Amino acid sequence: MPNTSSSKKHCQDQPQLSGPIPKSHMAKSEENKKNSGKKLKDVEISVPIVYGNIAFWLGKKASEYQSHKWTIYVRGASNEDLGVIIKRVVFQLHSSFNNPMRVVDAPPFELSEAGWGEFEIAITLYFHSDVCDKPLNLYHHLKLYPEDENSSMSTKKPVVVELYDEIVFPDPSEAFLARVLNHPAVHLPRLPAGLTLPPPIPVEDASKRRKGDTKDNPLSQWFLNFSEADELLQLAAARQQVQAHISKLKRQISLIEGQHKQLKSSSDQ
Amino acid sequence: MDAKDILGLHKNSFPSSLEKKSRPPKESHRKPDGISREVYALTGGMPPLMPSIHSSQLKKKPPPPEKVTWQWLPFTNSARKDDLHLYHWVRVVNGVLPTGDYSFAKYNKSVDIIKYTDEEYEKYLTDPMWTKEETNELFDLCERFDLRFVVIADRFPSSRTVEELKDRYYSVLRAILLARAASSGDVATHPVIKDPYNVSQEMERKRALSMVLSQTRQQEKRDEEVLIEAKRIAELRMASKVTEQSQLVVASNADAEVTEGAVPGETITPSNVQLTPFTDNASTLASLRMLRVYLRTYALDQMVQASNSSAGVRTIKRVEQTLQDLGVNLKPRVPTKAVCAEHLELRKEILTWLNLQKQVQYKEAEGSSFRDGSYSEPPGTPKDRTFTLDSINFGVSSERVVKKDQKRKAHGTPPTAAHKRPRKQKASDF
Repeated sequence: MPNTSSSKKHCQDQPQLSGPIPKSHMAKSEENKKNSGKKLKDVEISVPIVYGNIAFWLGKKASEYQSHKWTIYVRGASNEDLGVIIKRVVFQLHSSFNNPMRVVDAPPFELSEAGWGEFEIAITLYFHSDVCDKPLNLYHHLKLYPEDENSSMSTKKPVVVELYDEIVFPDPSEAFLARVLNHPAVHLPRLPAGLTLPPPIPVEDASKRRKGDTKDNPLSQWFLNFSEADELLQLAAARQQVQAHISKLKRQISLIEGQHKQLKSSSDQ
Repeated sequence: MDAKDILGLHKNSFPSSLEKKSRPPKESHRKPDGISREVYALTGGMPPLMPSIHSSQLKKKPPPPEKVTWQWLPFTNSARKDDLHLYHWVRVVNGVLPTGDYSFAKYNKSVDIIKYTDEEYEKYLTDPMWTKEETNELFDLCERFDLRFVVIADRFPSSRTVEELKDRYYSVLRAILLARAASSGDVATHPVIKDPYNVSQEMERKRALSMVLSQTRQQEKRDEEVLIEAKRIAELRMASKVTEQSQLVVASNADAEVTEGAVPGETITPSNVQLTPFTDNASTLASLRMLRVYLRTYALDQMVQASNSSAGVRTIKRVEQTLQDLGVNLKPRVPTKAVCAEHLELRKEILTWLNLQKQVQYKEAEGSSFRDGSYSEPPGTPKDRTFTLDSINFGVSSERVVKKDQKRKAHGTPPTAAHKRPRKQKASDF
């Protein structure tokens, strides 16, 4: 699906599989067919992101109101720089925090705080003006304490909760498309042949921009891996099973119907 | 921190505010003054729901009322043209007579009918179908009867229909207005000019109304059926139009058609039950397109809901149970486009599978009733049967399934929840 290569932690090579996954293959040919006559309408840009939190127990240094140091963040799924799409992120914290509305204007889009309570954080993503003028909301329940009640908390090993999702722009503007054409953080379908895009206009001064990707982030050692291959395999296996059951039942039904016909004809005589 | 650990409270979420709950004021212990203690106790010791009269109010004297007398007095009616004096009873308050005209005079309203001169008639209003006398007569009747054309038609000396009279009246009125107006623009907003009376349309309308009124019951039923049929066909057309827009251009590629059939095609096959999930899917896709930005998980949610809309709650639960049994996450952990698509396909296939299971049971029930030859014990609705078939039989042979069903049938249909009528509340309940 993506026409961009570059470093990705999870593999995207599955479109070549045939057989049990006809849909993804169809998805590709879908886009090919779409491309014939229509313009940008059928180009869908998707940005895979991971959002969540990492929480460290402070151990001896913990006080009653600050038992954990946590960081909430939104990062690219392959740790690429999201600043090309996202202008700023607003984290809405619990009202007991000072200035609960925290704005992060530049990547990496993360926020660190200390506290003791778990609550829902509303994350609002604001995009650049040529990307989308409507913000997008995400919700994440901050997790500080480990799932397993009996496991002891250690200051070395944090509690990590990450969720994978994709931001989808179904109808991107040409300017946006031009800008992100080869950016590793963005997934584009194959573009229609002969599509001429205007030259990309940089949204911000490149020299001022600091490194926005999270590859060397101090927390990156805790980042989780999201591979769609496992999930696809799982789904493919499940589908095969179900399809087998379906054909078995279909055979059964035709068998029974045949029997009925015989019974009917015999009783009629 | 340790104390919280000991108490096992550390799982608490954000701090609940430490307000002191103010206790409701203990009113019941204070006896209101005005009634004696024993009487108050009779009411149950609670203040009454309705505000009662304060005892001090009972001692006061009510305000002195107005003095009202009635007098037999003469009156005149401004609505009358003669000078008739009649008498009636009049309510006099504190020696003051009521003022004003006779109270019913204000209802004497009438319509302003225009009066044309003979010249105007000669110039604008001549008509081959109408004589001057008839027109004058018409206008006179209009004046008398306030444009109630049914009455006018009845009173009109020569027999003319209501439509003819209306037509003549309105065309005369229009001609006069146009003639008298300084410019045509002035009267352009007058209703008579703006929406002129259309004789033929009126006649047609009245004829149609009378036809509808006189339709027999049978005709009504037939009409309804035709309308329902037409609506269904229109909806089918709409649905196929929507898919054309939101689905792809079908290539001549046979492969694509076959695989494409898996998604929308299979639901186009004539089966009214399938029609609704089909349109739901297409319309969900369309509505997602309308959004400027959305999350993949949100889109998946919408599509799942769309496909669930045609199924009952039980079926949905069974689908989810099946997903779990197959080792698939109910919500994909890595929801990429491909994964979501696969997930949806899997759900659809599970639904198909469950439907087929129901079909098999139904067929077998039919078969067994054939064999038994008795119709005394109805096979039971398919719903009952699916309810009894809890676990999904992987790789079970057909015989076992039949045996299971027969066994269950022998026990009779599972009892449905008895609907108890709510017990009437008696005084002893309190």
